[in-house]
Amino acid sequence: MGLRKFVDKIKPTFSEGGKLGFLHSTFEGFETFLYVPNTVTRKGSHVRDCNDIKRVMIVVVLALIPATLFGMYNVGHLAGEEGILPAFWYGFLETLPTIIVSYVTGLAIEFAFAQKRKHEINEGFLVTGLLIPLVMPVTIPLWIVALSTAFAVIIGKEVFGGTGMNVFNPALLARAFAFFAYTPQMSGEAVWYADGKTGATALEQLSTYTAGSELPYSVSDAFFGFMPGSLGETSTCAILIGAAILLFTGVASWRIMLSVFVGGLAFGYLFDAVGVTEYPAYYHLLVGGFAFGAVFMATDPVTSAQTNTGKWIYGFMVGALAVLIRVVNPAYPEGMMLSILFMNALAPLIDYFVVERNVARRKKLIKNVK
Amino acid sequence: MKLSKNFTSPLAANNPVIVQILGICSALAVTVKLEPALVMGLSVMFVTAFSNLLMSLLRNGLPSRIRIIVQLVVIATLVIVVDQFLRAYMYDVSKQLSVYVGLIITNCIVMGRVEAFALGNKPWDSFVDGLANGLGYAFILVLVAFFRELFGSGELFGFDVLARFGYVNNSLMLFPPMALIIIGCIIWVHRSINKDLQEK
Repeated sequence: MGLRKFVDKIKPTFSEGGKLGFLHSTFEGFETFLYVPNTVTRKGSHVRDCNDIKRVMIVVVLALIPATLFGMYNVGHLAGEEGILPAFWYGFLETLPTIIVSYVTGLAIEFAFAQKRKHEINEGFLVTGLLIPLVMPVTIPLWIVALSTAFAVIIGKEVFGGTGMNVFNPALLARAFAFFAYTPQMSGEAVWYADGKTGATALEQLSTYTAGSELPYSVSDAFFGFMPGSLGETSTCAILIGAAILLFTGVASWRIMLSVFVGGLAFGYLFDAVGVTEYPAYYHLLVGGFAFGAVFMATDPVTSAQTNTGKWIYGFMVGALAVLIRVVNPAYPEGMMLSILFMNALAPLIDYFVVERNVARRKKLIKNVK
Repeated sequence: MKLSKNFTSPLAANNPVIVQILGICSALAVTVKLEPALVMGLSVMFVTAFSNLLMSLLRNGLPSRIRIIVQLVVIATLVIVVDQFLRAYMYDVSKQLSVYVGLIITNCIVMGRVEAFALGNKPWDSFVDGLANGLGYAFILVLVAFFRELFGSGELFGFDVLARFGYVNNSLMLFPPMALIIIGCIIWVHRSINKDLQEK
């Protein structure tokens, strides 16, 4: 336990009145990162559980690993590297700078704000920092990553009071910022390949799809992810492994995840039935960011609906709106980002009505008893 | 002493846009470039100053029952004068501003100052108050437009500033939501300086 001793030894330096007392929050952040805090709440009721935010966030990061690894491999694969390891290594080198830039920018801002406000350092960014590179194209310039991360963390999170207080999912906000501010670097045919090749994503090709012709990518390619797209979004299979981890540990809500898929399928079938789209409805769930958004973005416990009924409504609307935007508005081939952000804004309203209805129902019960 | 306070207070501590949150709609619409924003600010200054002056002159003989309709007549007349002037002498800017010059009539700052100040104060004081409120509005508009034109188009007053350094334009700056965010940031900075404005 040399490390524990070392931490205890340097603790006074970082405590109030110590030489480096102004770095109190930073020190505490690292200490609780290494060890479960041994402090006990003195007043009021509290739950004894080692699952603090850090452990929850680490589970989400673990769940993201399959999609990340596959994304790296896919970058190399699309660039024409032969073999699994060389392709992975190629993709790893291409994407590592993006991940580092996203983490460094975001954490620096989080630490600065926590230090300034004398707050504890919150771990929310551990997940956001990995999500941001996963929803960007591989060729994204690093300064755009830094700028959108800074925008998302400051405007999307810190102005509302930091982790747990944000209205919008920060990673999606970063993507939305980059998408609207630097559209040419975020969409089109050239941004998905690391080696200068070009090719449209499945969604961009689907907008010109006519009945009878072949699907842009076969169903198995779309499911396993051998197609261009943002780093983490291509492989539905890898995302489902992550979903299994999240559901098994109980970190993400199965209600939201399920209802997003149901909503997407329902609207997919609806458009198929009325003849607006000619491709099978389930294809919507395999291409673009649908699965990624459903599993990792829509389920964000802070920005989604909190009540159980609300979660069903929220999830269904996310899926339905995503398909609606994809099909009806050709300017935005990817509807998942916009639909989740939109529903983020509506989630408190949904909760409000669910709670109000419950109150009304129980008032009625009281009346009947009398 | 009182007069100078009347003049300075709407510029910062009681700014109509960032403290009273009035006139936000036009601040979102006309701030893509500096030139229209500046013209818009000057137009509103003219309208607030003279509507305040005229209403203050009329205030003693005015039955309060019909004061709103009289205010509307005065303000609308002034706005039409501004609109015609812009069309005659600054046609390009007038085209860029399109309906927003006409919409000065509905700008809450104009009527708010008439109701809150001009109807109870002497003409000269009212004129200064209107001028200062218009100036406070114009100042915020120009500030927002400065950031939006600089980072959205890399230019200032149409002159290339950033593009020569290889700056990539941020097209989000050209969308109205970004004006709202910039105003939000200005409010943030303003309130962290003036601590007495912070709500508990």
